[in-house]
Amino acid sequence: MAGWRVHRGTVLGLPVANIDTDQLIPARFMSVPRAEGYGSYLLHDMRRDEAGELRAGFPLNTHSEVSVILAGRNFGSGSSREAAVYALVDAGIRAVIAPSFGDIFASNAVNNSLLPAKVDDESYVALEASLAKGPQDVIIDIDTRTVTVGAAKIGFVLDDSWAMKLINGWDDIDLTRNHGGAIAAFKRTRSQTAGWAWPTAKE
Amino acid sequence: MGVPQTMLDKLWAAHEVLRRDDGVSLLWVDRHLVHEGSHHAFAKIRERSLSVAEPALTFAVVDHYAPTRGRSQIADPRIARMIDTLRSNATAHGLQLFDLDDPQQGIVHVVGPEQGLTLPGLLINCGDSHTSTHGAFGALAFGIGATEVAHVLATQTVWQRKPKSMRITVDGTLGPGVSAKDIALYWIAKLGTDGAQGHAVEYAGSTIESLSMEGRMTLCNLSIEGGARLGMVAPDETTFTYLEGRSYAPKAADWQAACADWTALASDEGAGFDREVQIKAAEISPTVTWGTSPEQALPISAAIPDPADVAPEKAAAARAALDYMGLTAGQTLEGTPVDQVFIGSCTNGRIEDLRAAAAVLRGRKAKVSGMISPGSTQVDAQAKAEGLDRVFTAAGLDWVGSGCSMCVGMNGDLVGDGKRCASSTNRNFKGRQGRGARTHLMSPAMVAAAAVTGTLTDVRPLLRGRGA
Repeated sequence: MAGWRVHRGTVLGLPVANIDTDQLIPARFMSVPRAEGYGSYLLHDMRRDEAGELRAGFPLNTHSEVSVILAGRNFGSGSSREAAVYALVDAGIRAVIAPSFGDIFASNAVNNSLLPAKVDDESYVALEASLAKGPQDVIIDIDTRTVTVGAAKIGFVLDDSWAMKLINGWDDIDLTRNHGGAIAAFKRTRSQTAGWAWPTAKE
Repeated sequence: MGVPQTMLDKLWAAHEVLRRDDGVSLLWVDRHLVHEGSHHAFAKIRERSLSVAEPALTFAVVDHYAPTRGRSQIADPRIARMIDTLRSNATAHGLQLFDLDDPQQGIVHVVGPEQGLTLPGLLINCGDSHTSTHGAFGALAFGIGATEVAHVLATQTVWQRKPKSMRITVDGTLGPGVSAKDIALYWIAKLGTDGAQGHAVEYAGSTIESLSMEGRMTLCNLSIEGGARLGMVAPDETTFTYLEGRSYAPKAADWQAACADWTALASDEGAGFDREVQIKAAEISPTVTWGTSPEQALPISAAIPDPADVAPEKAAAARAALDYMGLTAGQTLEGTPVDQVFIGSCTNGRIEDLRAAAAVLRGRKAKVSGMISPGSTQVDAQAKAEGLDRVFTAAGLDWVGSGCSMCVGMNGDLVGDGKRCASSTNRNFKGRQGRGARTHLMSPAMVAAAAVTGTLTDVRPLLRGRGA
């Protein structure tokens, strides 16, 4: 996973609240292997009509250069499906800016180099207004936790540990394997003090 | 005595292998439950030639794609492939699998408790957001994404920042026809679908203490729909009575020791919570959702809201929801015609749910079509032993096999475009039960009432004179 600090791209306003992971990728596409790519399923039922054709009026369909989405509160709520993040990433999205995110979604995002940039309500309203006429150039800086659109520079909130992970492209499994000794010791103690935590053999 | 601790504090401390300087903890995972959707995670560890660290603590269940009819010959090759992939991963890593033909098969969040795999004091992970269900036993149980599932498979641990604590206290007696589902929809409507974001919710109070394990599971299950990281209830005699003698639960002297440890898990007197919410049981009515978010819920007697009257920041969502749902502001919810009904899911597919619905349907006919999918094969057998299946089939509803079924539609059980479904499930999201499907969430008894009249209906008059 490649790390990143600064992204220069294009931000699109999608000012809808509660875009849940079922909308980000409907369940019927989730049996597809990742290698086939999930980008075409992103927001499938919003973007496409019953025949599967792209809707002309949907902004994401007319601006393929979009790399950042500004969305309403509670983005990525619902199902824990990481496929929702795959759909965004495979469609070229690097960051989502919103007033709040579903907890599991945000964690999944960081695990896939997608930045969940949380902004306050006031900043959200200002950004939404500046994007009302269409997508704009954007600069996102993880170090300074800022989003710059035109002359406006807006701060976002991001957990420090997540910032480190995004910047360094760290993989948790590698990090955790360094703690193998501590894990083994913990398991030993737990098996002695809480033996009931191990399932009994089936009778 | 030190500082009074919450149940969250105690459970967290009991699982913390280490805490980094940045405050993120590495937690030991006691049970890891996987299903067909875990294929991404297995692929990730395969790419790196890693094995499953603790196969004896990892259990695989066929549920999301489980066909509810014609299981021996699966017609759809994509569904067959998903189930076969889980089988081959379980075999390759030596995991116990509850396969389609296993008498213990069912929805992972029904099977875990039913088999005694779910116990108080455990940390339980599963790549499914409704893992919060298991918190009903006083476990630290939360859903994780595929990358984290791969991490748990490879290391039996998970990195987490401790969530904030929140206590929802519900006191008093629930009215007739009011259940755990209504408590959940009530608080989510009150606080919002992100109302508990970043929090671990502990449910407490006399109403919660009086709930059965099934009711507590329904409540904890729906915690995620209010944005909570997890939900939990302190273990008590109700918990122990439910668990004693279950297949994988501790036995004999181990059982006694376990119960003593589990009793100590409850939050200490005077423990501080980051947030407290008080609810009176008497305020709660049979509740149904009218929109496309679980927070868009109201008592069945209410009128469908006018977007002009809701909070300004929620007006656009309300308008979009009414448009999608094909509803008009000002109409009463009661009397809205439905096309079909569904009872099942990890939220409300347990034996008590089927009993509550059967109590309404017994001796009555359904005016619309519908499906009943018991939450597990064991629930199916129990229901049949009690003759409940015949109550539903005599009413004209279909009794089918167990699995996630029409809650998520992955197995092909779908609600048609534009069709309205009274559903005992957990999400009324756009397209959740199928493209264009219109879902109204409610308790199993309320679903049964909708079946009887063919409309959204207050179940209470239908219960009069019946021992529900």
